[in-house]
Amino acid sequence: MLALGVSVILNRDPVASALSLVGSFVCLAALFVGLDAFFIGVIQILVYAGAVMVLFLFIIMLLDLRSEKRRSFNKLAIVGGVLVSSAFGAELMYVLSSFNQGKHPFPALSVTRLDDVRSVGTTLFTYFNLPFQVVGILVLVATIGVVVLSRRELK
Amino acid sequence: MNQLTLNNYLLASGLLFTLGFAGVLLRRNIIIIFMCLELMLNAANLSLVAFSRFHVGADGLPNYNAQVLVFFIITVAAAEVAVGLAIIVALYRARQTTHVEDIQSLKF
Repeated sequence: MLALGVSVILNRDPVASALSLVGSFVCLAALFVGLDAFFIGVIQILVYAGAVMVLFLFIIMLLDLRSEKRRSFNKLAIVGGVLVSSAFGAELMYVLSSFNQGKHPFPALSVTRLDDVRSVGTTLFTYFNLPFQVVGILVLVATIGVVVLSRRELK
Repeated sequence: MNQLTLNNYLLASGLLFTLGFAGVLLRRNIIIIFMCLELMLNAANLSLVAFSRFHVGADGLPNYNAQVLVFFIITVAAAEVAVGLAIIVALYRARQTTHVEDIQSLKF
């Protein structure tokens, strides 16, 4: 998963980058399934590896990005980016090494067969009903926004 | 879940976030920057699911509030991708470029 993530940012070709991103998402879905979150794993494959990445590849094909290969990386951006992200990574290592609670293995579950779709659904519609409807409105607004954006020519 | 600890998953999630962050800083193509944003969102999802599995409740089931939150994040991220890519297409139509250094004026 992490190797594919590295190849997302190092590939010159946007198509290769997008395909490595698909691979990274599929590996992430495998990790979700390994954490007993089957519903989230399936949703991850359906929504990300399916819908979102098809959208990305479609846009890349539509825009026909050839000029990217001739460009070189900006020196200042490389130095700054590597510095800032390695500082972030070092800080992360430090915080995780002092987080003693996380060093225990995962506790066992009480059941052998988990029906987590039912549990997620129950939680969603019992305790998170209002946020669910707000998200519905948000998706509607996004749909209308995309239609408006792609219809009108920007001057 | 034999020997893997919570810290292993948190480390993977943090490294994935760092990769996305580095990508946003390094790459100049706006589509790649967008993909790296997705990478960072997924890193957050991974740590949420790991914490959900770690906090087993009194009934012996994982904490499902975190998984509902992941569900919301995935929904909002999908909507965000649709809007962002529509904006990129509109920008490309106006400017014929997806390179962030070519786009320097706020209004055109």
